[in-house]
Amino acid sequence: MSELHLPFIEAAILIPLLGSLVISRVGDPQRARRWSAGFAGLAFVASVAAWQDYDWLQRGLHAGEHVLEVQDRWRLLERVFAHKVFTIDQLSAPLLPLGALLYFLTSVATLRTKIRRFSFAGMLFSEAVLLATFSTKSPPLIVGLMIVGTIPPFFELRSRGSTGRIYALHMVLFAAMLVGGWLGTRAAAQSGHTSAVAAGVLLGAMLIRGGVFPFHTWLVHLFERASFGTALLFVTPMVGAYGALRLALPVAPDEVLRGLGVASLFTAVYASGMALVQRDVRRFFCYLLLSHSALVFVGLEMVKPVGLTGALCVWLSVGLSLGGFGLVLRALESRRGRLSLREYQGLYEHTPSLAVGFILTGLASVGFPGTIGFIGSELLVDGAVETYPSIGLGVVVAAALNGIALVRAYFLLFTGTRYQSSVSLRIVPREQFALLSFMALIFIGGFVPQWGVISRYYAAEEILEAHDKIVHHNDHDDDDEDDDDDDEEDDLDDFEGEEWLFEDLD
Amino acid sequence: MHTLMTVLGDTVVAAPALLVLLLGLTSLVGRPFGERTIGRLVHLLVGVGLAAAVALLIVMLIRGDRHVAIGLGNWVDIHSHSLHYHFAVKFLYDRLSVPFVILTFVLCGTIGQFGMKYMHREAGFNRFFTLYALFMLGMIVTSLAGTIETLFAGWELVGLSSAMLVAFYQERRSPVANGLRVWTVYRISDAALLFASVALHHMRGGGDFDGFLGDISWPEGVATLGPGQGFLVGSLLVVAAAGKSALIPFSGWLPRAMEGPTPSSAVFYGALSVHLGAFLLLRCSPILDLSWGLSAAVVALGLTSAIFAAFAGRVQTDIKSALSFASITQVGIIVAEIGAASLISIFWSPAVGQFLRYLTLIHILGHGCLRTLQFVRAPTLLHDYRLLENALGRHLPHETTLAEVVLPTGARTWFYRFALERGYLDSLLTKFVVAPVLFVFQACDAVERRAIERLAGERSLEEADAAPTGTLEELA
Repeated sequence: MSELHLPFIEAAILIPLLGSLVISRVGDPQRARRWSAGFAGLAFVASVAAWQDYDWLQRGLHAGEHVLEVQDRWRLLERVFAHKVFTIDQLSAPLLPLGALLYFLTSVATLRTKIRRFSFAGMLFSEAVLLATFSTKSPPLIVGLMIVGTIPPFFELRSRGSTGRIYALHMVLFAAMLVGGWLGTRAAAQSGHTSAVAAGVLLGAMLIRGGVFPFHTWLVHLFERASFGTALLFVTPMVGAYGALRLALPVAPDEVLRGLGVASLFTAVYASGMALVQRDVRRFFCYLLLSHSALVFVGLEMVKPVGLTGALCVWLSVGLSLGGFGLVLRALESRRGRLSLREYQGLYEHTPSLAVGFILTGLASVGFPGTIGFIGSELLVDGAVETYPSIGLGVVVAAALNGIALVRAYFLLFTGTRYQSSVSLRIVPREQFALLSFMALIFIGGFVPQWGVISRYYAAEEILEAHDKIVHHNDHDDDDEDDDDDDEEDDLDDFEGEEWLFEDLD
Repeated sequence: MHTLMTVLGDTVVAAPALLVLLLGLTSLVGRPFGERTIGRLVHLLVGVGLAAAVALLIVMLIRGDRHVAIGLGNWVDIHSHSLHYHFAVKFLYDRLSVPFVILTFVLCGTIGQFGMKYMHREAGFNRFFTLYALFMLGMIVTSLAGTIETLFAGWELVGLSSAMLVAFYQERRSPVANGLRVWTVYRISDAALLFASVALHHMRGGGDFDGFLGDISWPEGVATLGPGQGFLVGSLLVVAAAGKSALIPFSGWLPRAMEGPTPSSAVFYGALSVHLGAFLLLRCSPILDLSWGLSAAVVALGLTSAIFAAFAGRVQTDIKSALSFASITQVGIIVAEIGAASLISIFWSPAVGQFLRYLTLIHILGHGCLRTLQFVRAPTLLHDYRLLENALGRHLPHETTLAEVVLPTGARTWFYRFALERGYLDSLLTKFVVAPVLFVFQACDAVERRAIERLAGERSLEEADAAPTGTLEELA
């Protein structure tokens, strides 16, 4: 297996982890913010370096080859744990810098009004866990890291006076289904088959983590009770989608996937309608995020090249656009406290940059032409139409309702009246830097989408090949039970449970 | 010569795109240009775009070219053993698009000049012209689109800029509420067009107009779809066109759009964007030729909209609303002409049907110019009427109409109320479409709040109860 030129992956993970330890001892919130921005910035640089190094190595492939897995240089942790830990491939290479960027810009854009109530140490720890999750293909590690990643928000909820009960209930259920599903699929694989039930349980766990109806109430509660930054960072990277792709999709039968795809589609349309009637900005954002996240799941569960490519593109575009959108809302909250959508706020005159940022990042999330979300949305709808036209119609309806909800919120927050303020509410340079960074990526991705789409297509191809090999190969085995046993065993040797579960498919 | 045409063609699109880039970027970084610089940029780039369009027309006439496709390459291209998928950016210069582009540049240039005076020292001057540039770019892209995806991109740009301009006077509630209504109708229209675009892409493997309308110059194209496919796609296109062109039942948004500044009302809703629906139907007219039922529905839709608007326009109490209904009347007739052209092509003679399409295009061009003039004249017209009545010393005499002679009082009253309520269309849509949807989701929201409170064991944190996260003094 190829190696990166330097241990960028481990650096990207260990830097925020170290930063978390250091900052936990810093008493001054201002200093904590500055240091956390520094650590998060370094982690971002390391993750970009890992991604670019991966790209560079991939250019060395022969024509027609696109699949490349890359390990970290020196594999420091592998030497400690005697087990392959971190590898990145076509799917995860861009996810690392996406996750790191979200954390970096969130810490940069945090204003003084929020620094006392936002835990930078917890943020960096969560970042380390997230980047580690995206950097591994080992199922037990993914399972463990996904469970660990749910802990920091629970402690924050408790520290802010909430019982955290609804969140804990859902996360315990998620963890139980995740572990149970994984053990079930492993056991089935050891006997040379796939288990639809175990795969369904595993997918169900991912849908809970992703907030698919009716398991979405924990998300609403999290956004209501936790700090905006924590909730935003916990949900926007869509770790549930990653877990679904790595753990569930390779082994889930198509029928299970389609069934859960319908549930995701219902969530997308339902959440878009709910976003339309919200009276509180945080809940509005939560439902908007839910709708988009559900659309990604719809695409993942289509198991067709166009639809899956579209879903992977939408995943990246939603991460960027809603990440930026969330930061705009957070910046507004820093100035005005919790924001209401019951009456007009009239903030445009005081915060024109935030208003423009709101509308541009929001429109990017619904796939407005010229933005990063456009091509992905087109691919997703195209893939949905290919599967079932009614699914395509549902995706289009969800996108339309999201667009209406978004502009409604814009008008309520920024227009309709004249807001009087005795202090300046203008955007500060740090926030402007964060906002412009998001918008630059949104427009560059929108005008030059080819490279990103091709990369997502190759990732989709790889995933579908793995899915076809395991699911359809085992279906074929079930149909041909009278075939020569030796031949079957020879075939099955390639897919022995432990091997494909614990080793990457070469 | 082909290189010259490519350069001219690219310039036509690049000029408005550059204007958007310059005005948009400077606004984004918080350093907008001054009024004078904006004025110069608008003059320069609209002039360059118009000159390039006219030059291209002259070259096409000299060469006898009637169908020139200029591609900017594939936006997305996936070629593999398992998938062939591409998204081309292509512009089509033909007898439909070039006149429309020239009309767009002329009217936008006129209104740009008008707007510089009208919006002088207005707080939102930069915002107005940024949205104006976005609108112009959207119109040019839509007019010249050689693929349905490119058309959709321009379509959305027009929709966004239009809605934002309706809500231009954003410190008052009424323009903002109307802006949201316009945006809502546009989203429905966009959804229909998006679905049509995806369906076409799926059926033909690509969205190029040459692929499903034939590689023949407009209006002589022949759709390469089956009857069922044509009916499905055609129906979606008609819904999209109805939303954009304010046909029934979507007519309510156009009078409400008059909340915006007069320059934008004039060029956008009176002259250009209101014709986009008709333009779409003209561009895709070979699809209408596949189904006489659909063509007949288009005729019925157009005539009904025209009759409705003719009634409603007569009871309006302000000039811009009256003009908006006059626009709907004409657009309804234009759409009916398009449907009639398809019916004639199907049942009688394709050549006559094609000739009717030329007439329709001329109708659009003439109507656009007339309506722009009327809109920009509207503020001074009221002033003129006042001067006239002051000079006369009384109101202008009322002339007896045919309706007053023929219809009984009760019937006239009924028609008056019907026209005043604008056919009750808005009320019907609100009562039977919007309200039920909102009711369902509000009920779900109430159920969810109770469920969350019960599960969480604590009250839902409404924004009024939340403690502020910091003090404003910390920002000072």
